[in-house]
Amino acid sequence: MVKLTFIEPSGNRREIEAVPGQSAMLAATAAGIAGIAAECGGSCVCATCHCRVVEQGEGLPEMEDAERDTLEFTSDAMGETSRLTCQIEVTSALEGIVFEVVGH
Amino acid sequence: MAGIVIVGAGHAGSQLAISLRDEGYEGTIDLISADPDHPYHKPPLSKSFMKTPDAALQPLRAQQVFDDKRITLRLGQRVLGIDREKCRVRLADGHPLDYATLVLATGTEARPLTLPGNDHAGVFTLRTAADARRLRAALPGAQRVVVIGGGFIGLETAAMLSARGLDVAVVEIAPRLLGRAASAAMASAVEHALIETGVRVLAGAKIERIVGKPGRVDGVLLENRTLPADLVIAGIGAVPVVGLAEDAGLSVDNGIVVDAHLATSDPAIFALGDCASFPMDGARMRLESVQNATDQARTLAKTLSGRPADYSAVPWFWSDIGTLKLQIAGLSAGADASVESFTPEGRLKSVYHLRAGQLIAVETINSGGEHMLARQMLAAGFTPATDLMRQGDPRAIKAAFQGIVA
Repeated sequence: MVKLTFIEPSGNRREIEAVPGQSAMLAATAAGIAGIAAECGGSCVCATCHCRVVEQGEGLPEMEDAERDTLEFTSDAMGETSRLTCQIEVTSALEGIVFEVVGH
Repeated sequence: MAGIVIVGAGHAGSQLAISLRDEGYEGTIDLISADPDHPYHKPPLSKSFMKTPDAALQPLRAQQVFDDKRITLRLGQRVLGIDREKCRVRLADGHPLDYATLVLATGTEARPLTLPGNDHAGVFTLRTAADARRLRAALPGAQRVVVIGGGFIGLETAAMLSARGLDVAVVEIAPRLLGRAASAAMASAVEHALIETGVRVLAGAKIERIVGKPGRVDGVLLENRTLPADLVIAGIGAVPVVGLAEDAGLSVDNGIVVDAHLATSDPAIFALGDCASFPMDGARMRLESVQNATDQARTLAKTLSGRPADYSAVPWFWSDIGTLKLQIAGLSAGADASVESFTPEGRLKSVYHLRAGQLIAVETINSGGEHMLARQMLAAGFTPATDLMRQGDPRAIKAAFQGIVA
């Protein structure tokens, strides 16, 4: 299991255990993290799993074009560390990462 | 005290239950589902759910979320009837349940195949988790598949099975694929991509019947030949589930008729999602999409929490067909002009649809940024210059759009 932390839109900080191989979005929705609607279920089309990485993001996989493209043109304010969590596969390299949920 | 009873726990019903709490509604919420599975995402059923024999359903929300929000989930429970005078529904287990407000989120069911031979073993539809499990269990050992119907579900399934190495043919009785779902230009691009990956596409086909022996299907008989098949998958569209509404005497017209507040002809009963026929631009509309389900749910949650809201949102759709991600923003019906843009390799990338010079819809293939931008432009009523659309560079279009709205 890999420890992920999500800061919910209310400011509430929640640590969850994620199974390697699943997406960070799936781990978050399974744990009921607030603000991650994940409306499209992980197809990289809705941007409602948008988070900003605020700590320990060194182990993140590179963004693919579809994710970068969708993020760049979403109506959300995109930050330097914005990611769509449905496109992030949980690996041990993510241990300790902290996401700030943008909120949908 | 009776509260809100929601019939159907798909994308619409589940989102409504969640959004009601987000809007501050404090009364009871009963979410009743005829489907025995915990509420799940439907789009992955034709794709990731089929990848491995043990892939799990993807929950819309964890059980914990429903518990925390005091939403009573009643799964595998059919509603048999509505007593409008007593404001009470009758459940299949015999229990009555009183409501102050009733919401019908009954969705759609697969349009039944009426061809002779449709009852052979090996003929499948794909709508629910149970359908998907049946199909998944039948895949090992199957080599030849005929998909009847060239809509989103049929093509997604065809591409997925072809990628697994199966021999797949798509049979469509209309002259082209995606007749109800996408423009001819997009459909043609999708058809070419499918053919490149080895899928056979037979549009304009005349299907006589499904042939087989007891216990198995052998193929699909067309006018002039038989397509051999170990499996036949029918994806010929969906019909709204309106039986409960009809029996209760509510207005039904290609879906449960609702007003802009999503109220039916009974002010205590609302309907939303795939099963609802709602007013839009002076006409009645019924849309089958995740976006329509969840956006209507958020709107209705406001209304039922005491802040009445009209439903108006830019419709959007997506379909993952093999490596193609089709995305549609807006509705292209009634378009009188279109502008296409292409990748440097000459592949169709986007189609901008206009009516009387106004942008009304944008279809894209593997161009997610352009789609996200299109949704915002349509909401704002912005039409880019024709040469910008033809170039299809979202950064340039965004600059023009921001120049106007700034």
